Amino acid sequence: MTDPTVLMKPASFADRLKRLFAPRRRVRDSHPVAYAFVAPYLTMFAIFIIVPVAAAILLSFTYFDTVRFPQWIGFENYINILTNDAEFMQYVIPNTLKYAVIVGPGGYTLSFLIAWMLAQLTPKVRTILALVIYSPSLTAGVTMSVLWKVIFAGDETGYLNMFLMNLGAINEPVAWLTSAETLMPIMIGVTLWSSMGVGFLAMLAGILNVNQDLYEAGYIDGIKNKFQEMVYITIPTIKPQMLFGAVMAIVGTFGSSGIGVALSGSNPTPQYAGQLIVNHIEYFGFNKYEMGYAAALSVILLLVIYAVSRFAFRLFGSKDE
Amino acid sequence: MKKTKSRFQATKINPKRFHPAQFRYLAVLLPIAAFMILPLIFIFNHAFKPFEELFAYPPRFFVNRPTLSNFTNLFAVTGSSGIPMSRYLFNSIVVTILVIAVSVLISTMAGYALSKLHFKGKKAINEINTIALMFVGVAVTIPRYLVIEKLGLIDNFLIHVLPYLAVPVGLFLVKQFIDQIPGELIDAARVDGANDWQIYQKIVVPLVKPAIATIMILSFQSVWNSADTSATYINADVKKTFAFYMGTLTTNTSAVESQGMAAAASLIMFIPNLVIFIIMQSKVMDTMAHSGIK
Repeated sequence: MTDPTVLMKPASFADRLKRLFAPRRRVRDSHPVAYAFVAPYLTMFAIFIIVPVAAAILLSFTYFDTVRFPQWIGFENYINILTNDAEFMQYVIPNTLKYAVIVGPGGYTLSFLIAWMLAQLTPKVRTILALVIYSPSLTAGVTMSVLWKVIFAGDETGYLNMFLMNLGAINEPVAWLTSAETLMPIMIGVTLWSSMGVGFLAMLAGILNVNQDLYEAGYIDGIKNKFQEMVYITIPTIKPQMLFGAVMAIVGTFGSSGIGVALSGSNPTPQYAGQLIVNHIEYFGFNKYEMGYAAALSVILLLVIYAVSRFAFRLFGSKDE
Repeated sequence: MKKTKSRFQATKINPKRFHPAQFRYLAVLLPIAAFMILPLIFIFNHAFKPFEELFAYPPRFFVNRPTLSNFTNLFAVTGSSGIPMSRYLFNSIVVTILVIAVSVLISTMAGYALSKLHFKGKKAINEINTIALMFVGVAVTIPRYLVIEKLGLIDNFLIHVLPYLAVPVGLFLVKQFIDQIPGELIDAARVDGANDWQIYQKIVVPLVKPAIATIMILSFQSVWNSADTSATYINADVKKTFAFYMGTLTTNTSAVESQGMAAAASLIMFIPNLVIFIIMQSKVMDTMAHSGIK
């Protein structure tokens, strides 16, 4: 490799010449002041995002009980996760998969379809409906657990129990949040309810901004129905928004996965029914003080999120990677 | 052929006028909207129910004789350690205002530099930030805790603020929005002798107001709704926030009285979210149009 400064010289000389003849145009120059502009953001970004991620990776190779200095143990945590952690294999992985698949791709498809249907309506009606559908995401899931606890209360004062008993659908009150069969569906329902957030708005805005001429051209080229219109025109045109929505859906799915513990009020959740990987991490970190082990779980989670996002980029990205 | 064409084309994207063909979309969307809004209506009703109605068997969905007693109870009650509710609310308001002000400032500044200035490392920063869009805070709760502990920030009021300042999505949206400002505008200002800080202040900030509104909303939501910081990093009750306090109200679900207060509290949590979003709604949509990842 040649020394980059050598390559730079002619350019900067040309620049200097240019400046000599047109002293006011110095737009393409480098702006050292830019570092001052990015510094505050980067500092916070480094401390609260980069360093914790790096620490997670380092700690994942150690045994660390928060009291003694971390001991290097190589891949032992990872090996234990894969071979020795019965709860992880038996409950956490299947639960996380089930939850993530339904809430992630399921919720994402749903929010796209809702956005698409909303775009077919007149502005006033659309704005009102969009607001109604978006507003649950303002409640940020976990803080709303008061609401769900009242609705799904396990005795006959619970609203769902009362309603179903009046209908005659059940005779005995169901302990919705503490029984293994019902906790997971409720978690999924609650998360879907509050999942029409930023990504949903982005896709709606994207669909509304598609140039009408594209549709006209499509009709001439023989597009026959609404479905073809959506698949051949709308989706390819709003790929960037689809990607943004997908990334938001992935992040939202994993970010909201503390919901099971919030609803059932215990970690681990009853019979591990709602135990997701995030709960497993917190259980090992804050209840058992096995920080190294928890860190290894965190790294696995981050890798999974990254892999899934890469897949979304493959699907919708315009840049080849 | 002509006929079928006109039938499906009658329902164009973003139609100006109502057309009967829109009924089929309404037929799907209205039940969804009802499902979405039902829990919110419930909270509204529950918050205004008097004691007897909270207790009533069978329980009723709608409030019969609305009262403010849940709110007065909420304000009168003091936490286990003798701290009045208003203290938690005050903490939340201070924290929220600080986070919004500072995060808007630092992400617009960074967004300006990353979009319009030329410097080494710019491309790398943009790429890292795009990857960081996928960052999920809860995944690194524990290493984050250790970092914060090392910095000596446990039980420090600032810890409510600092972790929420760098929001990759916020920077991403602002940067995308600043990309829309023509470079000529900035060049012209430079020609007129404006320095970068003046360009940022006088040109960029006024033009990206929609994006600023959007970061404000995103920051507001994440910090106002967050109970985690208080639960994880703060020991002294006097420094905890309203969202955390609300969580403690609901731990005892059997106590009917606290149920009413909890509903009132969640209404207090929810209303500011909704009002702010309604006010800034059109600006947010404007930003979202430029949200695509290319």
